[in-house]
Amino acid sequence: MSTTGIENWAVDLKDVGAIYPFQGAEVLFLIVGVVLWLGWHVLQIRAEKREYEEIIREHGDAATIGRALDGE
Amino acid sequence: MEGNLNAVTTVFTEFYYWATIPLMFFIHIGFCMYEVGASRRRNHMHTLMKNTMLIPLVTITFFFFGWWLYWAMPNGPWITGGLELETAAANTAWSETMGPNAGDRITGVFWAAFLLFSWTAASIVSGSVIERINSGAFWILAVVIGSVAWIIDAAWGWHYGGWMVQVLGYHDAYASGVIHAIAGGFALGILFVLGPRLGKFAKDGTPRDINPHNPWMVCLGLFFIYAGFWGFYVACNVPLIGPDGIGGQITGDTWTATTIYLTPTTLGAITVNFLMSLSGGLLVGYLVSGGNGFWTYSGGLAGIITASAGNDLYHPIQAMIIAGAGTYIAYKMHHWVERKYKIDDAVGAVAVHGYAGFAGLVICGFVLWGHPSSPYEGYATINPLGQFVGAIIMFFVLGFIPGWVVAKILAAAGMLRIPKQVELLGLDFPTNEQESAAAAEVRATEKEAAA
Repeated sequence: MSTTGIENWAVDLKDVGAIYPFQGAEVLFLIVGVVLWLGWHVLQIRAEKREYEEIIREHGDAATIGRALDGE
Repeated sequence: MEGNLNAVTTVFTEFYYWATIPLMFFIHIGFCMYEVGASRRRNHMHTLMKNTMLIPLVTITFFFFGWWLYWAMPNGPWITGGLELETAAANTAWSETMGPNAGDRITGVFWAAFLLFSWTAASIVSGSVIERINSGAFWILAVVIGSVAWIIDAAWGWHYGGWMVQVLGYHDAYASGVIHAIAGGFALGILFVLGPRLGKFAKDGTPRDINPHNPWMVCLGLFFIYAGFWGFYVACNVPLIGPDGIGGQITGDTWTATTIYLTPTTLGAITVNFLMSLSGGLLVGYLVSGGNGFWTYSGGLAGIITASAGNDLYHPIQAMIIAGAGTYIAYKMHHWVERKYKIDDAVGAVAVHGYAGFAGLVICGFVLWGHPSSPYEGYATINPLGQFVGAIIMFFVLGFIPGWVVAKILAAAGMLRIPKQVELLGLDFPTNEQESAAAAEVRATEKEAAA
């Protein structure tokens, strides 16, 4: 039993193809990957929105903006 | 991989493409350096992260679907045929050849070489929109250009069976159009929607200089892009193939390097022409800008980009002159568009990549007029009209329009541009404040210790 399908290397290499584990589940891997990718965007966009709201709440007054611009 | 000659050829090809990939990493290092160098202190880290994070996002999406598009869409589809599903099957995310596979040594390195082009396309766009775009919006746009738009244009015009090659005689050996014109057009489409940075234009519309905080770093970044461009050029070739492998009209037994179209060329030819076109661009960039460092270095890049469409075939002096012409056009167009349309392209990316790439395609049509675009029978030969139509497709159809449309959607969702207060404060303001406070505390403690 081997997760890669390779039990030993007593083989002719011309007969060997894929050597990664859990062959046959590639579509499942893809679905998981796409969900993770889209989920990342959702989490990132929410986090960025919160970040800007927090910056404006804490530093968005005219005096702080003026100080920031003077310091540039 | 039976037989020693076959084994050596395969492993050489595998190593050849692999070697281009770390070289092309320098392109991305260069883009990061020149973007951060061009930004103001208040935006440095966000500018760096904006560019950096396109790497994983374009990589995974290029694995999920981008690579499949290249192999499935050379016919349009429905221009010269349907989807190439059979050929594309080996390049799906679920294909056995996309993972470790003892029977396939080439797919992985070939995929990665194309991926690094994808990063470049997205990174070109990144520089032009600094200091006011929402990072989340940019990363969606990066996926659109890096894993969809450019790879469709590659299937159409940078594939031995692409419909643009067959019908138009389109020739773009080192990607004047398929990377640079499309990325420049895409950036311009976004810039029309995004608008300029606050303070960029006076009330009467006169553009103001928002100077890079570190011109030296900007120029070094461009120098790194030159270094990475060597890998880019080499990756555009097929290193070693015989007439049997090409299967076209070439006779005899002589093996050769070829372009992506399987037309013969040599590494020697493109090495000389790379250097001569770099030189032509630098010489004109220096003169036209009065010795400005940023525009001189950008001129070198614009020169290479202009000559790239035909650098497999140009005489070196032709490459130098064409590069100089493209650099002049890019510089003048940048300033004209900036004044006329109030476009704030922070690093001149639309000019250096877009206008120079467009000009390079058109010039190539005249200089290589009548040369076979392919070793296969029945393809149109290279011609001015085909190259002009090809330039329009690259810059406007697959570049400007998708960039403008997606930017409009993001703007309508309130996601495209950062809030005005944040833009004025600077994206790094809270971090900079914390760092200043921490430094002040340490200084105070040190003074106490010294007393």
